[in-house]
Amino acid sequence: MLEIVDLEVKYGAIAALQGISLSVKPGQIVTMIGANGAGKSTLLRAVSGLVGITSGKILFDNANITNLPAHRIVGRGISHAPEGRMIFANLTVKENLEMGAYLRDDKDGIASDLERVFSLFPRLKERIHQSGGTLSGGEQQMLAVGRALMARPRMLLLDEPSLGIGPILVKAIFSTIVEINRELGMTILIVEQNAHQALKIAHYGYVVETGKIILQGPCVEIARNELVRKAYLSES
Amino acid sequence: MSELLQQIVNGISLGSIYALIALGYTMIYGILRFINFAHGDVFMVGAFIGYYLTPQIITLAGGNLLVAAPIILAVTMLGCSILGVAIEKLAYRPLRSRPKLTVLITAIGVSFLLEYGGQLVFGPDPKLFPTLIPSGSVVNTEYIIIGTNSIVVIVTAFALMLLLRFIVFNTKMGTAMRAVSFDHRVASLMGINIDTIISFTFILGSSLAAAAALLYASIYPSINPLMGIFPGLKAFVAAVLGGIGNLAGAALGGLILGVTETFVSGYISSSFRDAIAFSILILILLFKPTGILGRHEREKV
Ligand SMILES: Nc1ncnc2c1ncn2[C@@H]1O[C@H](COP(=O)(O)OP(=O)(O)OP(=O)(O)O)[C@@H](O)[C@H]1O
Ligand SMILES: [Mg+2]
Repeated sequence: MLEIVDLEVKYGAIAALQGISLSVKPGQIVTMIGANGAGKSTLLRAVSGLVGITSGKILFDNANITNLPAHRIVGRGISHAPEGRMIFANLTVKENLEMGAYLRDDKDGIASDLERVFSLFPRLKERIHQSGGTLSGGEQQMLAVGRALMARPRMLLLDEPSLGIGPILVKAIFSTIVEINRELGMTILIVEQNAHQALKIAHYGYVVETGKIILQGPCVEIARNELVRKAYLSES
Repeated sequence: MSELLQQIVNGISLGSIYALIALGYTMIYGILRFINFAHGDVFMVGAFIGYYLTPQIITLAGGNLLVAAPIILAVTMLGCSILGVAIEKLAYRPLRSRPKLTVLITAIGVSFLLEYGGQLVFGPDPKLFPTLIPSGSVVNTEYIIIGTNSIVVIVTAFALMLLLRFIVFNTKMGTAMRAVSFDHRVASLMGINIDTIISFTFILGSSLAAAAALLYASIYPSINPLMGIFPGLKAFVAAVLGGIGNLAGAALGGLILGVTETFVSGYISSSFRDAIAFSILILILLFKPTGILGRHEREKV
């Protein structure tokens, strides 16, 4: 479904991605784990068109989307919930969700997706007219995921959904991600520092270090890898 | 007492014109975070479009002002919108990723271009704006005279402001505008085409400037290519006074400035009139730089 070939991205002189190849099959949850500054967010930004690409190719459903502007990539069916949530603080919860559905004009479909988001995250329904900026970190995270779903994408890019929220909520968010994958058949690429949770829910994983993939495989295997256990699962 | 009432009506009428112009500054600031110093000159061009158009349309309408005026308003809005969108596309868009100072200087350049281009095209001499609002008065007692033009100005300006409010807060394009003003990149992740929203914002701002121009020229009918400078600067002050980026603030700032100005020239001296705006600007920058309704910018990481 998503095919990334030899991707390089530079920020000025900094080579953030140095030849990354990765593939995500339909219906899968794929995760990329790595430390701060490894290039995880950059990869997602490259896919959704937020950063320019130095070299390499990105294919979605076999179509080349490498140099499309961000707003056109959404139209192809890729939805990105960015790092740090980036909720529109000046818009209400409802308006945030409506903006997620910006490219759609099927009123009934939008209304039923809105209900679906509310059933996944009942907290959002209680705060429907509250402005996004007044939500707690965890609620903002739910809103970010919900907003991405409102585009009715075929693929979801999630950037550290566990960042800055407490362990109970982290568990809840991850189980919702699994639910979205199982019940909607959603293909998901999720990047995380929380390797423990990510490897638990994903089917396939990549480990990235300073812009290069150093390890990949089914998550059960990655979780058993000695190096991963030491560096990312904080075991000794 | 009656004089006071008279001054208030005149002040609100002038202030609602400032408010219309100030809304353009504040919306463009909200989306692009820079002051479009050419905005006052778009206002001036609106007055000239109205100047050339009015006699033609009135003839076409068989002398009926009630039929002619809305058509003149609509065409002038269209003309100014095309100008505003063109300025953004040709002058500001290529510089979008440059430092804001570069864009600001370009805006001043565009402003000069329109002022001197205007002198070339329209001629530097003042022209007499034709009658668009029938003369006469709505209230005429020995204590107070409320001219028809004051009422038409106030009603038109408030109707347009309510319409703007509806567009910005109750339509999808308006919500997208607010999303873009929060963050361009995140808005683009929703599938919003930023360029479209920016053009839309210039259409709204320029249309309001066009309406303001017709109303202003109906009160002060002598028009010339430099006429946009003062109303432009004052509306900018009004926008800062209300809190730049804030719609209600711009409207409020415009009204406060209009009323203050009218009072000062009525009770103190008309020669202080133009100094008022700039005194207010200095005070507001010293004591409350965010303006009356403005909030601190969210720190972007
Ligand atoms: N806009 C930018 N300008 C310059 N350098 C950047 C920019 N964004 C990221 N970088 C650099 O690129 C590298 C990769 O950053 P990226 O944000 O992709 O890391 P990450 O894996 O998402 O890290 P984290 O887990 O902390 O979010 C880092 O060295 C970072 O400093
Ligand atoms: Mg990151």
